[in-house]
Amino acid sequence: MSLPAPVHDPAAVRGPDPSRHLLAISDLDLEQIEELLDLTDTFVEVGRRAIPKVPALRGRTVVSLFFEDSTRTRLSFETAAKRLSADTMSFAVSASSVNKGESVRDTVETIEAMGIDAIVVRHRSSGVPAQIARWTRAAVINAGDGWHQHPTQALLDAYTARSHLGSLEGRRVAVVGDIKHSRVARSDIEIFTALGAEVVLVAPPTLLPPVADAWPVTVSHDLDEVLPTLDVCCLLRMQRERMTEALVPSLREYTANYGLTSERADRLPPGALIMHPGPMNRGVEVASEVAERPNAVITEQVANGVAVRMAVLFKLLGPGRAAGAAEALEVEEEPR
Amino acid sequence: MAERERRMTRPYGGVFIAHSRVMDADDIHRAIRRMAHEVLERNHGLENLVVIGLQTGGVQLAEALAATLEEIEEVGEDEPGVPVGTLDVALYRDDIGIRPVLPEEVTDIPVDLDGKIVVLVDDVLFTGRTIRAALDALVDFGRPRVVQLAVMIDRGHRELPIRPDFVGKNLPTRRDELVDVSMSGVELGELQKS
Repeated sequence: MSLPAPVHDPAAVRGPDPSRHLLAISDLDLEQIEELLDLTDTFVEVGRRAIPKVPALRGRTVVSLFFEDSTRTRLSFETAAKRLSADTMSFAVSASSVNKGESVRDTVETIEAMGIDAIVVRHRSSGVPAQIARWTRAAVINAGDGWHQHPTQALLDAYTARSHLGSLEGRRVAVVGDIKHSRVARSDIEIFTALGAEVVLVAPPTLLPPVADAWPVTVSHDLDEVLPTLDVCCLLRMQRERMTEALVPSLREYTANYGLTSERADRLPPGALIMHPGPMNRGVEVASEVAERPNAVITEQVANGVAVRMAVLFKLLGPGRAAGAAEALEVEEEPR
Repeated sequence: MAERERRMTRPYGGVFIAHSRVMDADDIHRAIRRMAHEVLERNHGLENLVVIGLQTGGVQLAEALAATLEEIEEVGEDEPGVPVGTLDVALYRDDIGIRPVLPEEVTDIPVDLDGKIVVLVDDVLFTGRTIRAALDALVDFGRPRVVQLAVMIDRGHRELPIRPDFVGKNLPTRRDELVDVSMSGVELGELQKS
């Protein structure tokens, strides 16, 4: 396949078609978010069956292309694909030609030539999934890119909150911790705001990005004051691997001011949910005892994650999305 | 799947124009009563019987059939009745990709199906593809001893070797016609493309 010059590449002008991919929460309108959350109910039910597997995506192939470490997200996507009877391939960068200097584009084109239907991408740089979406006819699902987005995590957070609280309209949701380096925070803010919740960010000034002022959120530096007003408290992991500067004096000081200790957790109203995207640093952002409380729905988030990802895969690859049909349309649109 | 639903999803979308009323509400209830007697006659009573309605058109019929079965056999309020379940076959269809199918209704099988006599209930039997999908779905919930099929309308045009055990009414149709079944009656009509 010859590479079209960038200016003549319609995809580059239009940007990737958001209905074929899942790149960011902001690409979805409220109706689409609610459709995905409703669809998740169906797959939660499938997960409870004795045989938690349906043939909906038989013959489809889903590749996970992870340029960055992840166990739970990758396993969650692979479990989701397998429960839909799709075939899965896993691309571990450490064992691949990327180490021989292959570019992302060549990697993607090689994988695509094997005939695949979806690529699940994680990369340490923001925007890589969107870039890959311009290069491939497969559906691209962003499984986390840099500090930018982690849409399936946001969907599962919203689903978990909704399953306990009903409508999120007017609910107060706090996102606590390292907002600056967190793609989960950015996606969570977008989805909770879209669903009508009021989002408050709680973090030391050094862990807030300058753009936070432009977001539809309120900002606080005092967790104790915010806790009694909350319906949902989303804790973020202190990402030591992304902390290239000395942004907090020490983890102990962070815990003293922003960690959800037992005493702080007692300040939450009854029924308020404690969520964490994992992996947890017990004793840093959340006390070990707090993570075991009945209103800490952290393992439930993991279980819902599989169902949410099944919904996303089914939506992108399932109904009316026959691989052949999509390809025929594409070829008609842009003759090569 | 209810034809009511099928006609609302692309590429079948359009306006349903009824041109004849085939059954009214009383006819429906008489047919359910007769089918209930046939179910009891065939299975010698209610033992091990489970009634499962296919989403969405079969659900109300399944509930009505189960209630009638209990009434005929004089099942008391405090005795266990006939278990009623629902099944959404959207994830098992063979035409996913040909037309949009989104599962919207719940699957709820209240009992283990191993060794049970399952009566599947749907409103209209047409190509047989929904029933094929339902049979696939059922085996994921256990191994029923027997699966029987009850439909309110058998309109012909089968594409698979599937036949009903209990039929409300045989209704010869053209392929392009549509049958609309509800508890208030059955109408035969066609789709005016919008």
